[in-house]
Amino acid sequence: MSGAETVITSPRDVAIERRGERQRRAYSRGRGPLIWMPPVIVFLILIGIWYLVALYYDKIQGLGFLVPYPHLVLKEFFNDQYFSPQLWQDLLNSTEVALTGLAFAIVIGVLWATLMSTAKWLERSLYPYAVILQCIPILALVPLIGILFGYEFPSRVIVTTMIALFPMVSNTLFGLLAADRSQRELFQLQGASKLTTLVKLQFPGAMPSIFLGLRNAAGLSVIGAIVGDQFFQRGNPGLGVLIQVTTSRANGAGTFAAIIIASLLGIVVFLLFGWIARLVVGKWYEF
Amino acid sequence: MTTTAPVKKPVAKASTGTLLDFKNVAMQFPNGTVALQGVDLTVNRGEFVTVVGPSGCGKSTLLRIASGLEKASEGTADVDTDRIGYVFQDATLLPWRNVQRNVELLAELHGETKASRAGKAKQAIDLVGLNGFETSLPKQLSGGMRMRTSLARSLTLEPELFLFDEPFGALDEITRERLNDELLKLFTEQQFAGLFITHSVSEAVYLSTKVVVMSGRPGRVVDTFDVPFPMPRDPDIRFTAEFAELVGEVSHALREGHH
Repeated sequence: MSGAETVITSPRDVAIERRGERQRRAYSRGRGPLIWMPPVIVFLILIGIWYLVALYYDKIQGLGFLVPYPHLVLKEFFNDQYFSPQLWQDLLNSTEVALTGLAFAIVIGVLWATLMSTAKWLERSLYPYAVILQCIPILALVPLIGILFGYEFPSRVIVTTMIALFPMVSNTLFGLLAADRSQRELFQLQGASKLTTLVKLQFPGAMPSIFLGLRNAAGLSVIGAIVGDQFFQRGNPGLGVLIQVTTSRANGAGTFAAIIIASLLGIVVFLLFGWIARLVVGKWYEF
Repeated sequence: MTTTAPVKKPVAKASTGTLLDFKNVAMQFPNGTVALQGVDLTVNRGEFVTVVGPSGCGKSTLLRIASGLEKASEGTADVDTDRIGYVFQDATLLPWRNVQRNVELLAELHGETKASRAGKAKQAIDLVGLNGFETSLPKQLSGGMRMRTSLARSLTLEPELFLFDEPFGALDEITRERLNDELLKLFTEQQFAGLFITHSVSEAVYLSTKVVVMSGRPGRVVDTFDVPFPMPRDPDIRFTAEFAELVGEVSHALREGHH
């Protein structure tokens, strides 16, 4: 991409196309109250329902800690002398596991897919194992991973990578193989090497697909980090352990706070990678 | 080859010689389909040869053999130049590259320097009238402009033989006619020889110095017509009686070959 971003004046059909583009952008950026009001209203209704349920557990059941009031949960985030710092530290730990696992998934996934894209026989040989990886119940592997790699950071990262790997492999492969026949022939006619074709045609063309995979993998990496915590609790575990501990101590507000933070981490990671994708390929590809 | 060869060649049009010579060419695909049978075809310097035929008669296979993408299963297919331009049915632009970078692509694949390919691209972009659109992305262009970009890309090769695989088939009538005129202008200015595939008889007659009619599968040459109208052509010859007559003859041959 040349970086030249001059606004062009062009025939009418181009202008019409661009008008559609502007409307689409306005929508996706969420301008105007009609766009952001509905979800906000739903949010307020959900909070209202939460209060009612909490009221029920508090006054009628006498078990207020099971479903704490929203404002008590909010307090856990910032106003609890002991809990709040723990919460943010655990968020940091989980983020570290998720991003490390994701980084491995990206590198392994892209290399694996690239290797498969170079020859049909390699694809036939290696793709089944990507599918198998997807089918292994991670839970069944947990004792083995623990024995081999211990119960700390490395094992948490391994679980995260295993969970996040498949979408990287499959989306990258799909993208690399998606180049048109005529585009390939265009390169072939100029005597371009396999490597040149890969670098100048297949990889740039695969970027939208790779980013879609990346967004899915990023969401899964957060799940992996939380799940990994539950099995491998030594060292500096994160939100997964915090959720377990607060539950066992009947600290309902703490449990809710940890769950909400974990969900927010998933959402932020998902949005972040969607944003990066639009930044990199949004100019020529519409997600 | 010099590094800064201009797109416009100083060679006189008088230079003759056979650029493409097909003798008894047949093409049978591994699945048994016979696409071509006993095809004789020549394209000389200074000629613009158009092949018309029904869909699926192997017209495109001719180009694929000429360009080296396929090998004829029988006969000889001699091409006497390595400067071959190939324009596909669709523009085959890379959507992440702007017009400039798309036009530069072929020179880039040949490992030319940035300055050299930028110079070539500029000349080619001028030739197809896309100045001012260098930084536009393909999705911002109309179908006709995309095809112009594709033409410009091939022009950077300074082709001696230009192969066209139904390049304007997907365009509307007005755009197609305008691009036909510009192609003729390029043909007279740039002095390449052309081999053009189409299923439009009037396009074939208007563009070419020679029209080759092919039959349905397996594709054979049914008839050949010399087009007498001088170059450069006046767009209005399309409305003359002579033009209509020739279109009628070619259409007849096409219909007979189809049975």
